[in-house]
Amino acid sequence: MSLSASAEVKSPAEFMAVAFSRLLRGAGITTPIGNVLTFVEALNQVGLQNRDDVYWAGRASLLRKPEDIAMYNKAFAVFWEQRTNNAVHDEPQHIHLTIELDEDGDAEDDGSSDNDENEGETITLRFSAVETLRKKDFAEYSDEELHLAQGLMSKLRLVGSPRNSFRMVSSRQGARPDLRETIRSSLRSGGEPIRRHWQENDERLRRLVLILDVSGSMEPYARALLRFVQAAVAGRQKVEAFAVGTRLTRITRELGSRDPDKALQLAATRVVDWSGGTRLGECLRHFNDQWGVRGMARGAIVVILSDGWDRGDPVVLAEQMKRLQRVSHRTIWVNPLKVSPGYAPLARGMAAALPFVDNFVEGHSVEAMEELTQVIGK
Amino acid sequence: MTGTAIDLSSVESVSQALAHHGYLADRGLATSVFLALTLKRPLLLEGEAGVGKTELAKVLASWTGGELIRLQCYEGIDATQAVYDWDYSRQLLHLRAAEASGEAAGLGADALENELYQERFLLRRAVLRALAPAPVPPVLLIDEIDRADDEFEAYLLEVLSDFQVTIPELGTFKAPTPPIVVLTSNRTRDVHDALKRRCLYHWIEHPSFDREVAIVRLRVPDVEVTLARQVAAATEAMRSMQLYKPPGVAETIDWATALGSLGVSTLDEDSVRSTLGAVLKYREDQERVDGTGMTELIKMAVQRALSA
Repeated sequence: MSLSASAEVKSPAEFMAVAFSRLLRGAGITTPIGNVLTFVEALNQVGLQNRDDVYWAGRASLLRKPEDIAMYNKAFAVFWEQRTNNAVHDEPQHIHLTIELDEDGDAEDDGSSDNDENEGETITLRFSAVETLRKKDFAEYSDEELHLAQGLMSKLRLVGSPRNSFRMVSSRQGARPDLRETIRSSLRSGGEPIRRHWQENDERLRRLVLILDVSGSMEPYARALLRFVQAAVAGRQKVEAFAVGTRLTRITRELGSRDPDKALQLAATRVVDWSGGTRLGECLRHFNDQWGVRGMARGAIVVILSDGWDRGDPVVLAEQMKRLQRVSHRTIWVNPLKVSPGYAPLARGMAAALPFVDNFVEGHSVEAMEELTQVIGK
Repeated sequence: MTGTAIDLSSVESVSQALAHHGYLADRGLATSVFLALTLKRPLLLEGEAGVGKTELAKVLASWTGGELIRLQCYEGIDATQAVYDWDYSRQLLHLRAAEASGEAAGLGADALENELYQERFLLRRAVLRALAPAPVPPVLLIDEIDRADDEFEAYLLEVLSDFQVTIPELGTFKAPTPPIVVLTSNRTRDVHDALKRRCLYHWIEHPSFDREVAIVRLRVPDVEVTLARQVAAATEAMRSMQLYKPPGVAETIDWATALGSLGVSTLDEDSVRSTLGAVLKYREDQERVDGTGMTELIKMAVQRALSA
């Protein structure tokens, strides 16, 4: 093939395909070389004469999700039609936001004077520091404490409750005979099925969906709770994570990175409505339509981390919570404000959502999050 | 039309052939199908429920004349349900018979094992059947792949890259000509990138108004053109009403059929109310349409149908 490593003679299709893929890559659409080769083959089939053919051949071979279509269209216009004016509906400007990630700089300054003291004392001091930290309200955390809490939260093991799976596994005294194994072992005894084998339904963990409110009113808690969500996503297979504010953002992929700081940074750049307003009802509608009711929330444990302050219509929120509760196995609402003395769910959104919540729990400290893991695993 | 030779000369010929078999594909989908057939790649279709993902596979089968083999995915599906299994009850019977005739005693354990694991005791499931030699390559429809587990997806990836399956007791089965593979997903979770890379990808949109009218006319030929236009206009309007389940093409066709068999020639409030269940499948959705003004919706649909 002419696409071998030397690649001296390039056909126009090859040249165009490689250059266009490079442009797409620059625009943030991953285009592995295998797909570029498919694109070349596709162009050889449809030719380069017709704009539509080229457009659709590229879409079929280079794209893998509908979210990329808008960017693809722009890149296509620029590359194949030399259109550069911004008349093509531009997306709203992305506001660049980063979460303050803890730099150890300040922390070490404070700690340096203690370094001279003997080791034993430091350890006990540390230990009690951890103990108080566990109970401390997230809103009163310093950056250093936030970093420490990260370590504590990554130790939490979030395990959803198990349910029966369709898959069968062998068992000692199961519900159904395992004929495959029975026959296999009967061969050893000359075809006489002396030992009977059994099987039963395997157990699978329920999917866990975490929805974190990142609006302005949640600001004191969102930073710490995002760490909790990150620890959950990184620690287990079947966890999905979303951020809600004025819009819904799926952040599962961003948080999946093993390096927590990198994951948080990725998520922060992804979420454009950080510390903005709240439209919980609308966001939940979006979640239900696009993900939840279709299958993601079905039989799952859905955890909403929010203070319930909602600027939208409480009727919408109630309606969407009702929908969500109907498909999910359990809905859990984590409210960091619940701990304050004399708390009553007066926030309009909270009051509207509460009838459709199975567990209403606190979420202001590491200790509260530990209790949450208990509730989830129940 | 027989399945001996299908015309793959251009995107237009594919689009015409699909139309001939009752499927009106837009330019993008026709190109994807054309490429999937000429490049012999699996085609991954995503889109809202009811836009015609599964239907496409059926039409491909009737066009090419290949057998339609459907694999419906679900959570926990594994190789014994998708690829092959052994017929244990027949194996047991065989063992009993061998024992009764005294044959078993004469044979060693190895020989007995060879007796049991022959092709005649093999239960061929969808994937294995799709790889069997056939005069015309079959169409393998892997429906709702997003419902299956990751492990199954990885396994499928292996099958789809080489079109072969290995059964330890029997050896490797390889398709002489690869089947046409159509995968569908509702996006309840992300299908693994490695699997997507292997496939051509197409996101099916709801059809444009004119195309939808044409689809209704093609699928429900008894319905008058005016009614077809009104129905298409009404469903199109419903799609922007933020319903739980916006109606797909499948619902448009069902609705037109229902209205047609009731002898309705133009939409009015009574006929819509009595057939609303064909197009809206949630009580809340029906209430919403009712609440936002049924009369207006019908008026709009009638107007839209008149404008050329």
